[in-house]
Amino acid sequence: MPILSIMILAPVLSAVLLVALPGMDARRARIIALVTTVVEFALGLIMWSGYENAAAGFQFVEKLPLFAPYLDWHLGIDGIALMLILLSVFLMPLCILASWESVKTRVPEYMAAFLIMESLMIGTFAARDIFLFYLFFEAGLIPMFLIIGIWGGARRIYASYKFFLYTLLGSVLMLVGMLYMVGEAGSTDIGVLSRWNFTPEAQFWLFLAFFASFAVKMPMWPVHTWLPDAHVEAPTAGSVILAGVLLKLGGYGFVRFSLPMFPDASAQLIWLVLALSMVAVVYTSLVALVQNDMKKLIAYSSVAHMAFVTAGLFALNTQGIEGSLVMMLSHGLVSGALFLCVGVVYDRLHTREIGRYGGLADTMPRYALLLLFFTMASVGLPATSGFVAEFLVLLGLYQTSTWATFVMTTGIILGAAYMLWLYRRIAFGSAAGDDTRAMPDLSVREIAILLPITAAVLWMGIYPKSFQAPMKPAIASIVARLDGREMATLPTRMTLTPGLPVNLLPPAAKAAFDMPMAAEPETHR
Amino acid sequence: MNPTFASIAIAGPEAVLTAGSLLALMLGTYGGGDRALKGLTWVCVLILGIAGLTLLDDPATRQYAFDGLYVADGFSAFLKVLILGSAAASMLLALPYLADVKTGRFEYPVLLMLATLGMCMMVSANDMLSLYIGLELTSLASYVLAAFHRGEARSSEAGLKYFVLGALASGILLYGITLVYGFAGSTGFPVMHAVLGAQAERSLGVLVGLVFIVAGLAFKISAVPFHMWTPDVYEGAPTPVAAFFSAAPKAAALGLLVRVLVGAFGPMQVDWQQIVIFLSVASMGLGAVGAIGQTNVKRLLAYSSIANIGFALVGLAAATPQGIEALLFYTAVYLAMTLGSFLVVLQLRRADGAPVELLSDLSGLSKVRPGLAAALAIFMFSLAGIPPLLGFWPKFAVFQAAVGAGLVPLAIIGFITSVVAAYYYLRLVKVMYFDDAGVAVVSDGGRTNGAMIAAAALFCSPIGMLAITPLVAAAGRAAAALYVITG
Repeated sequence: MPILSIMILAPVLSAVLLVALPGMDARRARIIALVTTVVEFALGLIMWSGYENAAAGFQFVEKLPLFAPYLDWHLGIDGIALMLILLSVFLMPLCILASWESVKTRVPEYMAAFLIMESLMIGTFAARDIFLFYLFFEAGLIPMFLIIGIWGGARRIYASYKFFLYTLLGSVLMLVGMLYMVGEAGSTDIGVLSRWNFTPEAQFWLFLAFFASFAVKMPMWPVHTWLPDAHVEAPTAGSVILAGVLLKLGGYGFVRFSLPMFPDASAQLIWLVLALSMVAVVYTSLVALVQNDMKKLIAYSSVAHMAFVTAGLFALNTQGIEGSLVMMLSHGLVSGALFLCVGVVYDRLHTREIGRYGGLADTMPRYALLLLFFTMASVGLPATSGFVAEFLVLLGLYQTSTWATFVMTTGIILGAAYMLWLYRRIAFGSAAGDDTRAMPDLSVREIAILLPITAAVLWMGIYPKSFQAPMKPAIASIVARLDGREMATLPTRMTLTPGLPVNLLPPAAKAAFDMPMAAEPETHR
Repeated sequence: MNPTFASIAIAGPEAVLTAGSLLALMLGTYGGGDRALKGLTWVCVLILGIAGLTLLDDPATRQYAFDGLYVADGFSAFLKVLILGSAAASMLLALPYLADVKTGRFEYPVLLMLATLGMCMMVSANDMLSLYIGLELTSLASYVLAAFHRGEARSSEAGLKYFVLGALASGILLYGITLVYGFAGSTGFPVMHAVLGAQAERSLGVLVGLVFIVAGLAFKISAVPFHMWTPDVYEGAPTPVAAFFSAAPKAAALGLLVRVLVGAFGPMQVDWQQIVIFLSVASMGLGAVGAIGQTNVKRLLAYSSIANIGFALVGLAAATPQGIEALLFYTAVYLAMTLGSFLVVLQLRRADGAPVELLSDLSGLSKVRPGLAAALAIFMFSLAGIPPLLGFWPKFAVFQAAVGAGLVPLAIIGFITSVVAAYYYLRLVKVMYFDDAGVAVVSDGGRTNGAMIAAAALFCSPIGMLAITPLVAAAGRAAAALYVITG
């Protein structure tokens, strides 16, 4: 059964029905969308159960030369893609439920946009043809542009344009790189390209071209500014998808393309990525501290978390990459849940200003409890998924650069500061006004949205092996590609004289500074 | 067979169009005049269809006619299909408009058919003289069409402006032809190719002649810096005429430019490649920037056509069979996108009866006419080149050819201008989807136009991607035919 094709095409068909069927009303549209997304989730689970964890290579492969000579309909997943697809199909029904009452205008179109979004996300992760990947990667801009622009907040038009043009500009440079690569290698197959050895010179430029796209998508400092605007203006479910899945496309791109295809350039430009990550984690955490808008605060925290992802990936070792992938999954769940929590109170009071809330621990105890849980997960409390992720990233990064690890760790502390302070302002103290006090606690629907995420976060925090095991072979093959590449010298040891650029050092000193990259012991958790 | 009859047999489409346009003129004059406009239009479409049928026995090899003035090969056949198709669409889409604004004169389809005849001549020209005849036939018919709204000052102005500038461009072209004739000793493309190829050291005069010829032709495809007439003429001319201008003549002139540069000036590729790169970069850039401030939909689409010509020229700049293939593919998809956009604009009228022209007239269209708004959104995203809409793939193809030819900077510049251009295409989507309804618009226009909109939208939608394989294969055969003797 071509399960991947079915998962990609089913939501599109459903979306076409939603907009084309005469007599479609809001209620029917909601139900059709919910049923579709639940079926998608079920298909995702079937796929997970059929996935061979130990097998290397790609599974559920489908290949049809539908669009020759430019690209093939070529799908397949490895463990990384599987996990990200599962994340997407898991969040989707929750997004539909979250929009159940808050979206009142043009409901069929809204649901159709989300279903198309879902299909494009699955397609991006499942694509095995480089141009098919680009197609899905870019196409996601259209529904998101419409979601922000039609159902967004006051400054929705500005935000939607900024989102669209920013990410488009990043991607077109990547497309030029892809055209060059396919011209060189003579194949559009990602598998072939991942084994192709481009010259280090070409790798350098290709890396930068792909970096332009993925850094914007990620988003990394200093090209992150579209994210807070897009998040603030998007409707709640839009923010969830944006934070939960779309931001993962950048990290997925790094894992799928930059690391295996340009291993030399990755090793040489590690200083660039780590430097940007270090700036991002400190800078955006400080910015998050002074936000008055809840969504903006969580948006900035997303940027900080994504900096952990990039830092872990460019530790270029097993633990770092694995930690980054877990971080992507964990952040998808936790930040998605946090946006949902904001959506809950926004639906009641129609403001995101932190100062208008307070004392929710008294008036909305169930809400306060769940919010506390997700706050802690975001901070990285042990037994939540955030802890596993941060720990692995730091463990991997420590072997590559102690300085970077030091800075990233301060980011964790700052992260705890702004999240806890946010919680204090919202949940403790006294209510800011009568309308705040009068807010009802969570409804059954809202609990039904948040509880599955709670369970997933706990599962990933307590027994992460379920999620890590499928990804191991994929990570091992990437690390094998990176093995033995000459790395840019980093200030690796915490001494009073941090490392100098390699070409200024005598050979003996160079040898002393070089860290062995190969053969990481497989003994970690 | 008598050589003249043999030639006429080879030039089948032109023969049918010549006879057909004379017949249509007679029918119009003696058979009911302006009242017969609708019937006459359908007759003309039928004649175009018959002309298309003569292309069916497409010769596998290249055939010359009229003493080498005329050539029929896969390249001309591909472009003729596009030209005839878009000319037929341009005739049909005008019917509701002409019925409304009381300029429904029977000459409209006849003039269109004469222009089409000229265009078919252009893409089959194998000699500077037949090139000029085809070009002038098209241009003269176009000048009249631009001023077709003769009661309106704007339309007359457009016609006059087009005529004066067009005459200037023709003069420049002729001057270039005479210069090159002096150095090559012939006006026939194959001879020019051979003579220029044999010259080890070419005179500067040939280069000047080449520049003049390219400048004259660049005017016809409205490539920057010879684009100035385009926005004014599009705005002033009746909307169906603007739709026609943006489609078939562009395809014909592009084909002509390709044939002249590859067929006649093939040995001077190094020289003309630079010119084409400049034209391409300038057109993409100005087309993208110039459209940002526009409030009139027709002017906006004019700048869009300038930018699109720039993208198509990227394929020519690559100067490889792959590049020409991409250019032809680009042209085919571009015709559907631009005709589709104009069709949607034509389909709408303001409540006071005036045709929709301003961007603001479209505000909130998605609530009033969701189908039309969705179609226009598809065309806009497609023109902007966002995958998976079909409009992305021709862009992809031309830039792939450019990268293959080592023109990576051109590809980068092109993609960046496409991001700038995305801004104004998105503005139309924004007006239709994000803004509240403004001026009430009513839709009118026949079922034919509705069907054409639906067909074009379906073609430009992701479903159209299934057409990539056959279309690219056809374009590839056409490009290969062009390179048969020159390559």
